[in-house]
This record gives sequence, C-alpha cells and structure tokens, in this order.
Amino acid sequence: MSIDAPTGVVTKRAAPRRRRFSGWRLVLLMVLGLGALIMLVPFLYTVSTALKANAFVFTPDFIPREPTLQNFADAWNSNNFQRYFLNSLKVATIASLLTVAIATTQAYAFARLQFPGKNLVFNLYLITMMIPGMLFIIPQFLQARELGLLNSHLGLIVFYVVGSIPFQTFLLRGFFETIPRAMEEAAYVDGAGRFTTFLRVVLPLAGPAVGTSFIFAFLGNWDEFTWALTIINDASLRTLPIAIRLFQGQHASQWGLVFAASLIALVPVIIVFFAFQRSFVRGVATGGVKG
Amino acid sequence: MARYPLASTVETSGRQVRKRPRLSAWKRSEYLAAALFIAPGLIWFLAFMLYPLFYSLWMSLHDWQIRGPSEFVGLANYARVFADKVNLIALRNTIVYGLLSVPAQMLLGLLIALGLEQLSRGKVVLRLVYYLPVISSWVVVSLMFMFLFNSEGLFNYVFGDVLGLVNPQTSWLNRASTALPVIALLGVWKGLGWSMLIYLAALQSVPVELQEAARVDGANRAQVTRFVTVPLLRPTTLFIAVMLTIGAFQSFIQFYIMTGGGPVHQTEVFLSYMYNLAFNFLDFGYASSIAWMLALLILAISLVQFRLIKSTYEY
Repeated sequence: MSIDAPTGVVTKRAAPRRRRFSGWRLVLLMVLGLGALIMLVPFLYTVSTALKANAFVFTPDFIPREPTLQNFADAWNSNNFQRYFLNSLKVATIASLLTVAIATTQAYAFARLQFPGKNLVFNLYLITMMIPGMLFIIPQFLQARELGLLNSHLGLIVFYVVGSIPFQTFLLRGFFETIPRAMEEAAYVDGAGRFTTFLRVVLPLAGPAVGTSFIFAFLGNWDEFTWALTIINDASLRTLPIAIRLFQGQHASQWGLVFAASLIALVPVIIVFFAFQRSFVRGVATGGVKG
Repeated sequence: MARYPLASTVETSGRQVRKRPRLSAWKRSEYLAAALFIAPGLIWFLAFMLYPLFYSLWMSLHDWQIRGPSEFVGLANYARVFADKVNLIALRNTIVYGLLSVPAQMLLGLLIALGLEQLSRGKVVLRLVYYLPVISSWVVVSLMFMFLFNSEGLFNYVFGDVLGLVNPQTSWLNRASTALPVIALLGVWKGLGWSMLIYLAALQSVPVELQEAARVDGANRAQVTRFVTVPLLRPTTLFIAVMLTIGAFQSFIQFYIMTGGGPVHQTEVFLSYMYNLAFNFLDFGYASSIAWMLALLILAISLVQFRLIKSTYEY
C-alpha cells in the first residue's frame, strides 16, 4: 500500500489490483492453463478424429493431414440421425417442462404453506433421493410393461419426470425460502388471492431459479442413457445417447463417424452451458447437483 | 395462526365473533392451495416412484417370473447375493475404482479451486474448461476413452511407441488390472470439475478476516492455505467425499459401455451385473436383491464416512 505523504489519503494505486500480476500468479496461471490443456486432450482428439477420413483414423496426428467434414455430413444424413436428434429434443423438452412445472408449485407449497402431512411428504422425497436410482429400474420396467409404456416416448417422459421430482422440488424449495415474504404479504393485504399472488408476484421473482432448474432437468434428460436403452426397441424411437452407442456397435471401425455424431449431440449441451453459465454455477453451488 | 396480517384480524373493536370464521376461511384456502400445488407431483411420485420401490422389495423376496405365478422364496435371493462369487468381484472392483478415483478427484478439485481463487484473469475460462467433462454425456466420454485406450489408440502411441513406457500393443480394457485404472482415470477426468466447483463455492464463504489475521501473524501463503483455509473447508470435504463415494458405488454406464463387465465378469461392478441379470437373464428377483444390498451398503458407508471425518477433525 502506498500512502501519499502530505495528505495521508490512500491513493488509487494502493488498491490491491496493483500487485495482482505478480510473478507467482503468472506461474500459477501457466500451471492451471497446462492442466486445462490436458483436460481438453480427449475432446481435441475427438474433434481431430471426426475430421479424419476413415483410412486415417488410427494415425495419431492431432492435426488431420487431409481434414474433411465428410463424417459430420455422413453422420447427420445417415441412420435416421436427424430423427434421433429430434426425438431427444422432444423428450427432453417435454419432460423438463413438466418437471419444472410440478417442482415449482410443490416447492412453493413446501416453502410457504402450512398443511397436514407436509413434513411426511417432504421427508419421503429426501429419503428417495438417497436411494440409488438404478434400484428403480427393474420395478419401473415391469410397471411400464403393464401400463403399455414400453417402447414409447411417453414411457421415457413419465419416468424422467418422476426421477427428478424429489431433487428439483428440494432445490427450488431452498430458493423460495430465500425470497422475502414481504412482497407476498403486500399482495395479500391488497386483496390478491393465493393463486394470483403465486402467479403474479412469486413466479416473476423465481424466474432465474426456475430457469436453472429447467437447465439441469434438460441436460439430465438429454444425456439419459440407461432407461432409454431399457425400454426403447424401435429404431425410429431412439434418443441420441442410445443411437450413438449403437452407432459405435454397428460401425465398430468407423470412429470418425461415431465421434462426428457424438460431437453433434454435444452441441446443444455446450450451447446451453455457455448461455447459462452463471446460473448454472450458482445452481451447482447451492444444490450440489452431481453431473 | 394465520401468518399474514389480515384486515379482519387487525380490527378488534367488538367484531370478535366474526374473527374465527374469517380466519378459518383463510386457513381453508391455504389447505386448498397446498392440495392443488402438491397433488400433481405427489400422485406422480406415489405412482411411479414409491410404488415401484415397494414392488422392488416384494420382487426381491420371490423367484420372479415374468409370466405366470412367482414363487415366494423369503430371503433366499439375499443369501444368494453372499454366495455368488461375482458379487465379490464386483465389490473388489468397486472398491478399487473408488480408491483410485475418489481421492484423486477431491485432491485435484481442491488444488484447482485454490489456484483459481488466486487468479485475477483467466478464471472464468479455466473453470469452464475444467467443468466441460462434467456436463458431457457418459456415453460420449466412455466412447472417447475406449478410443484413446484402444490397442491402436493415442495412449499406446504416445506412451508406448514414442516414450516406450508401456507395451504399445496393450489392450487396456481386456483385463481387470488394466481396465480399472483406465475407467478410474475417466472417472477422475470427468468428475474433478464437479469437486472444483463445489470447493470454489465453499471458498467464497471462508471469512477473509481469518486469513488476513494469519498473514498478520506471519504465516506465508502456503501456511494460510494449509492451516486456515483447508480446515475451514472440512464440511465441504465431507460432503464431496460422501457424494463421490456414493457415485462410485453406483457406477454403471462407463463399465457397461467400456467393458460390459467382461471378460467373464472380471470387470463387473454391482450395477452392470444387476442390469445384465435383469435384462439379459430376466432374473428380476435376484437382480432386485442385489440392488437392495447395494443400497444398504451405500447407506452404511456414508454413515461410516460421516462418523470418521467428523471425529478426526473435531476441534
């Protein structure tokens, strides 16, 4: 800190920003940068492989000698890939919207309303959150079979929604508890009913939290593999994760094609993540969502 | 009592008689609102989650037949869990995988978070890069690592052909002793961004005053980190340890895709075995009892971890 002798006033130069770029910070930046580069190797090599013609897939060059977009074109145009992409988009969007609608209203009730059985239900949600998700897959499969939900997108949606209800409700309840009651109370005093207050006062405030919740639900559903693998048989109903996996099985040696398809599937995830990075980071920090 | 100051409860002059009915009308509207808000989710949950949970327990007590009557066998399926050697292999593989992947993810996540915290620029971009594998799908990253560790893959080229550290012909995924480290490496690579992010969030709430006080007392940067910051992160460390261990015990997709549990069950974990039993051999009853034993095992380990970490760090 430098202090001007005559006045004794701390000058602007004294702000800690001044010594920010010291030598050891530069070293730190380089070390962390190198680590980040290592983290990127599998992705970069995947991109590189996708840009190689099939004959060169196992030549270990990071920069393809004759880069070609042929794999991306082939992947996009072959094997109903566009349909799989749309299937994933449809299932993930519908399931996430339903999840968020259900979780938001429930979370609000848990955070604000008093009613009999409240703790019982909430504890039930907490307990199921601790049970491994795969435990449900066998009984849910038989249940879906009895209800005729096998091999259908409805079967995916119904069980995707129920799988995220407890956690999303828990996450959003935490959020509702942080907003001050004063605005709702003002609305009640002004004569607004409970539903009007929820729709007009609470929901606008909850916008960012509901958005975060939607993103988590969407990314989870977009990547979901096991349940889709279990209940979907028809080729035309496949979602991207199972389609890519089967792609790899069918075209065992055509890694360029498999990775081009994988990268196309990764695009929406990365777009969503970039666009909502801030709320995403906050959501993970508060909810401890595990990827 | 009503939570909100209502006109009717505020006015007190001689209107006592009206007060009660008005109050309970408000209460009634609260119950009605709660019922409407809770019902869709609760019904969905009871039908498709709680019912299957009990169904699963019921199945685990039967020699379950997909058609026709199932014979009640009591705890026989659970006895079989202990007698079946494959479960022992699964337990071994899960423990090895957990030991190889969980501490590494935590340590790297912590170090990266501590480092990023000190940076003034580049922080957002680096955080993004480290987090990228977390948001990538398990299917895609499993395929990536299969390719990298293919016998003709990049890893064998760099560490075998170029550096001569490994046999360049190694088929990494064909044996448990080499497949587990590879799958654990994938786990570390994919997961460290998550612990980094949780640690970064926790670092925001470490009081600066304590760190400054230590600096004033003559501690250097490394000492402040080691003796002030890291101990203050203890609850976060516990949380991450429990979550990652639970995650490790529930590993499925990476094993299913990369090795399928084979050759001859050598790389099996609980869920790959359970899935295979259920959906390839239709042995639903036995598979369900494996799932329940796994749930109990996870619960027990989480409790032990809570105890252990709490007692060693008490101050």
